[in-house]
Amino acid sequence: MFATGNHAVAYGVKAARAEVIAAYPITPQTQIIEKLSEFIEKGEMGAKFLRVESEHSAMAACIGASACGARAFTATSSQGLLYMSEMVFWAGLGSFPVVMAVVTRTLAPPWSIWNEHTDILSQRDAGWITIMCGSVQEAYDTAIQAFRIAEDRRVRQPVMFGLDAFSLSHTSERLDLIGQEGADAYLPAPEGHWRVVDVQEPATYGNLVGPERMMEIRYSVKRRVDDSAGVIEEAASEFSRISGRAQTGLVEEYRTSDAEVILAVVGASSGDAKDAADLLRDKGIRAGVARLRVIRPFPAERLGAALRGCRTVAVVDMDYSFGYGGIIGREVASVTGIRPFNYIAGIGGRDLGVRDFAGIARDALRRGESGDERREIWWGMKDSQPSL
Amino acid sequence: MGNEGFTAFTLKSLTDEEYYLPGNAACPGCAAVMALRIGLKVLGPRTIVVVPACCMSVVQGYYPKTPSKVPIFNTAFAASAATAAGIRAALDIKGIRDVNVVCWAGDGGTADIGIQSLSGAAERGDDLIYVCYDNEAYMNTGTQRSGSTPEGARTTTTITGKSERKKDVPGIMMAHRIPYVATACTSYPIDFANKLRRAASIKGTRYIHLLSPCPPGWRYPAEKTVEVGKLAVETGAWILYEWFGGRCRLTGPSTGLAERSKRRPLEQYLEIQGRFSNADPSKIAEMRRRIDEEWERILGLCHD
Repeated sequence: MFATGNHAVAYGVKAARAEVIAAYPITPQTQIIEKLSEFIEKGEMGAKFLRVESEHSAMAACIGASACGARAFTATSSQGLLYMSEMVFWAGLGSFPVVMAVVTRTLAPPWSIWNEHTDILSQRDAGWITIMCGSVQEAYDTAIQAFRIAEDRRVRQPVMFGLDAFSLSHTSERLDLIGQEGADAYLPAPEGHWRVVDVQEPATYGNLVGPERMMEIRYSVKRRVDDSAGVIEEAASEFSRISGRAQTGLVEEYRTSDAEVILAVVGASSGDAKDAADLLRDKGIRAGVARLRVIRPFPAERLGAALRGCRTVAVVDMDYSFGYGGIIGREVASVTGIRPFNYIAGIGGRDLGVRDFAGIARDALRRGESGDERREIWWGMKDSQPSL
Repeated sequence: MGNEGFTAFTLKSLTDEEYYLPGNAACPGCAAVMALRIGLKVLGPRTIVVVPACCMSVVQGYYPKTPSKVPIFNTAFAASAATAAGIRAALDIKGIRDVNVVCWAGDGGTADIGIQSLSGAAERGDDLIYVCYDNEAYMNTGTQRSGSTPEGARTTTTITGKSERKKDVPGIMMAHRIPYVATACTSYPIDFANKLRRAASIKGTRYIHLLSPCPPGWRYPAEKTVEVGKLAVETGAWILYEWFGGRCRLTGPSTGLAERSKRRPLEQYLEIQGRFSNADPSKIAEMRRRIDEEWERILGLCHD
């Protein structure tokens, strides 16, 4: 079939048999919850759909449902994610295995509905496993894998996965489904995995904790998020086996083994980056691409291995941390010891295509050869400087 | 009206079983915890209590200890009704039909920061009981004014007395046309128990607004909690009623207080507390006018 990234997510969540969905509309996520509510109203999906009055409540409801052992899902974007943020941390620090799709979108002001990754990256300290999808197919595959990762006994942490606004959320591509039987075999029912609130075994959950115990509670979250790296790889390889489609675990490597320049990218534009690498190779430049599929836990070792031996690394960030730099660029630098050239590009949905990636790779090589010390480059800026 | 098939509770009907144990971290004379003790006796062990940030987050004590024999689920300040809605959805999906899902929230988490999620739940008709224990200020953080603080009351953020009137949350909930809205006062536990039992017998969003005197916040000696609550009702400053099936009726002592002459002087309620010590005669006259207005409105609902 052909489907948009948003509908692919909805098909994945349906296949995963999510039990409670609570969501609030926000562009460009809305199609996910529209499709899910359609499945439910037509009787094709046996979930409860809570049409809540805000994203804050959406996540609160997902936490309540998850706390009672139900498989819970929501989707949001941009302002909605920030509005939800208090509960995003509540889910992560409380270890509730909620799954959420985030259609990544620029934050206001000024208003913008186009793509950027600053929204999802703003939540990176919330204790969530964070994945960025590279294609419509991967959006579907990841939606199913996300529940398996979240609910794994070794993990039991929430998972959010990102889709680039419009370039992935609204773009139709070929989509292969695994079928309900396949999904059921891959993802067992959540019954009994992690139930917290149960009148048969009453407990008080989340009451006051003093300094003498809090570090250990936080450490248990740290351990589970760290340990999820292996589970993510396992979930991907098992999914490859049942779907017959190669899956990316933590990092996707494309022509990196002999590359002199590697583009490190996140999200759907990795497709353009790969095309750029092919073009450059036709012209005698050995270029490769390393795509970070997983942002948390940050795959430091896997990425370090992918980038090792390469002369020049260009990290392309569609996000920015003011007074610090591109978020992924800074993180790559801090955990791998590599000093990448950090390109800030695609901000607010600014076009970022094959030519740009080819240009970025050439630019990075040139800067590397000339010993340029400037590490942060805003790519694709126009001469005029608009102000608000 | 409306009492068909409903036998009123008496003290004897309350179980001897305790679901909220002594040794909890409540202040001496805390009315909210007395009400929770009574409330859980009414609701029984198949109850899940959702607690947002409020005095109850402290009263329930220090991890890993807990005074509660029913599950308590803590959630963020603004999120109690939405969290409860998620819990109910999970129970529904698992076919568990006989569990009460109850929010137990203070007035800040109800009238102010939590009203959006409460309103959302009420509009959707989510199947939950919401009890607001109203101590008329942010007591957990040390007596700052809330939307539910009455006019004239001194708080640490209104040191000369609040200049605005109290937000009418039961009225707001009635405007949602939910199946059950009641007020109660912790000094009348059987009246409260009956209302909670009635609420538990109905499906949908049910709301009880419980006046809950607070010794440190209202500035009276801890042993006078019951007396202060009684004065609130007997002076007419707090009206006990229940509204269901689209009709309203006065309950408990309020039944006999429709006529102003039957009520004790308002000063008796104000004088016993330190928080109204700044109120001069003109302010008291203003409070009395508001109280009369409130009585007229409620009596109007009762006569419809």
